Amino acid sequence: MSYKIISSQCTACSACEPECPNVAIYEKDGTFVINPKKCTECIGYFDDAQCVAVCPVDNTCVIDNSYPRYQAQA
Amino acid sequence: MHEQRLSEVLQAAAEHKGCGTSSDGGKASCGSSEGPADMSPEVWEKVKNHPCYSEEAHHHYARMHVAVAPACNIQCNYCNRKYDCANESRPGVVSEKLTPEQASKKVLAVASTIPQMTVLGIAGPGDPLANPDKTFKTFELISRAAPDIKLCLSTNGLSLPDHVDTIKSFNVDHVTITINMVDPAVGQHIYPWIFWNHKRVTGIEAARILTERQMLGLEMLTAAGILCKVNSVMIPGINDKHLVEVNRAVKSRGAFLHNIMPLISAPEHGTVFGLNGQRGPTAQELKSLQDACEGEMNMMRHCRQCRADAVGLLGEDRSAEFTTEKIMEMEVEYDIEKRRAYQEIVEQDRQEKVAARNAEMEALEEEFSSVKIMVAVATKGSGRINEHFGHANEFQVYEVGTDGAKFVGHRRVDLYCQGGFGEEEALPTVIRAINDCVAVFVAKIGACPRDELTAAGIEPVDKYAHEFIEQSVVRYFKAYLGRIKSGEIVPVDRGDADIRQGAYIAA
Ligand code: SF4
Ligand code: SF4
Ligand code: SF4
Repeated sequence: MSYKIISSQCTACSACEPECPNVAIYEKDGTFVINPKKCTECIGYFDDAQCVAVCPVDNTCVIDNSYPRYQAQA
Repeated sequence: MHEQRLSEVLQAAAEHKGCGTSSDGGKASCGSSEGPADMSPEVWEKVKNHPCYSEEAHHHYARMHVAVAPACNIQCNYCNRKYDCANESRPGVVSEKLTPEQASKKVLAVASTIPQMTVLGIAGPGDPLANPDKTFKTFELISRAAPDIKLCLSTNGLSLPDHVDTIKSFNVDHVTITINMVDPAVGQHIYPWIFWNHKRVTGIEAARILTERQMLGLEMLTAAGILCKVNSVMIPGINDKHLVEVNRAVKSRGAFLHNIMPLISAPEHGTVFGLNGQRGPTAQELKSLQDACEGEMNMMRHCRQCRADAVGLLGEDRSAEFTTEKIMEMEVEYDIEKRRAYQEIVEQDRQEKVAARNAEMEALEEEFSSVKIMVAVATKGSGRINEHFGHANEFQVYEVGTDGAKFVGHRRVDLYCQGGFGEEEALPTVIRAINDCVAVFVAKIGACPRDELTAAGIEPVDKYAHEFIEQSVVRYFKAYLGRIKSGEIVPVDRGDADIRQGAYIAA
């Protein structure tokens, strides 16, 4: 799986962008989006998903169930 | 030459304190060679032209803010990040976010048009130090193109200790920290969480880390010789009494100015406090807290909680003239000499004002009375009574006694005169906002509001139109004492006044 940003809730504050260890977050059409190919759910880096922890609007950075669960590379 | 310069500074320093505002109850002598007891001449030299720091300079000099740093690393219960940072800006308004390049172009364009513009600030929305790259890039561009502009920034303090060296290297000599508590038990009701070391920390632990970082940052700034102002938001029932303790804590760590602002919370701002019905303080509650802290240090009473991208003298907003679109088209020519010449004229005007007020104070010195009154003044700046009653969107309030006139705050009102409509509803709100005043000084006033103000016990005074404010209110006060003696006036307790919810909006 990957995280995604609910764009209707995103304030475009940009707080999440520099926190992502995988540089998966970028600005697109006035809000921020996550590249699911790059997002590792922060596994291998931090205990908490950084975008979730820093986002000022609750339930804006959420798990995207349309992707399989990320497997940490052994 | 050098000597003359020094005496100017000292005189200005004496003026800054407001002659006769000495909190020990004694009479302050104007232009005394000591200057304010808690401010060194070097400090005063740094702040005397800073509209946010000198309650006198804000009549003459202008500042601007640019919003380049939207991200934040903490959450405050008085903030809804859909809008601006409520601590420094006007809540409920969205500032235009700029890139560092756009911001610096905007600053140059404004500075070339408004020569009084001497200060650039980076404040909310967001925390400038949670966006260090954007913040410092902006400073770099501006300090290169316009070295005479002073730089300042406002921060919640969480990451301040990490950036003090960089701040110093950009010659940023003014930093504002918003400190609402020094006790985590109080802080947990203001800050639901902080983002710290890659984790979201909540509750009392979050407040503990925040206050530790704020105190450390403040101490580091002081050690580095960087001026530091502290902002506090007064939240009745949560930190109102505690702010006296905050005042002591920040003063002992070298903050030179403490600005206590009223909480602004309305449900439509969507903040936690707005939604749970947390009220803001009344005008008298705010004033008595500021009075309680004043013996301790300089209080800043003229803060208007202006928005982050405001342009102009405090309380005035010309940002519509400087939208990004217009600026990108502008040909900007930055002329330092022209700006300097203009600022010299402003200096002369300031000196004149000091002289006029001092002369008036000398005459008052023979009088002694315990009577104090509050008066409201309509002004457009330059320290003069030069605004029409109906055009005023705020009034400056002075407390006057035999020890002089002291600026105690400003009251925002809805424009009374909106081209003929809405007058019936607006006047009562104006009266409520200045209800604690015995008189309102204006350049001009219509017959109808004149009668209604008089009926409400507020005397409209237009005979000092276009004269200096402090000189005029002291003169009025002298006559007022005479009227009490002759029995014409019986002093009454004027009671409290409203603080307008919803932030300052320039028409
Ligand atoms: S969960 Fe972590 S890796 Fe995925 S987008 Fe958020 S910050 Fe980046
Ligand atoms: S932190 Fe949240 S609100 Fe801010 S840009 Fe990222 S997703 Fe949007
Ligand atoms: S520091 Fe400013 S932007 Fe950050 S949450 Fe507090 S009020 Fe809002």
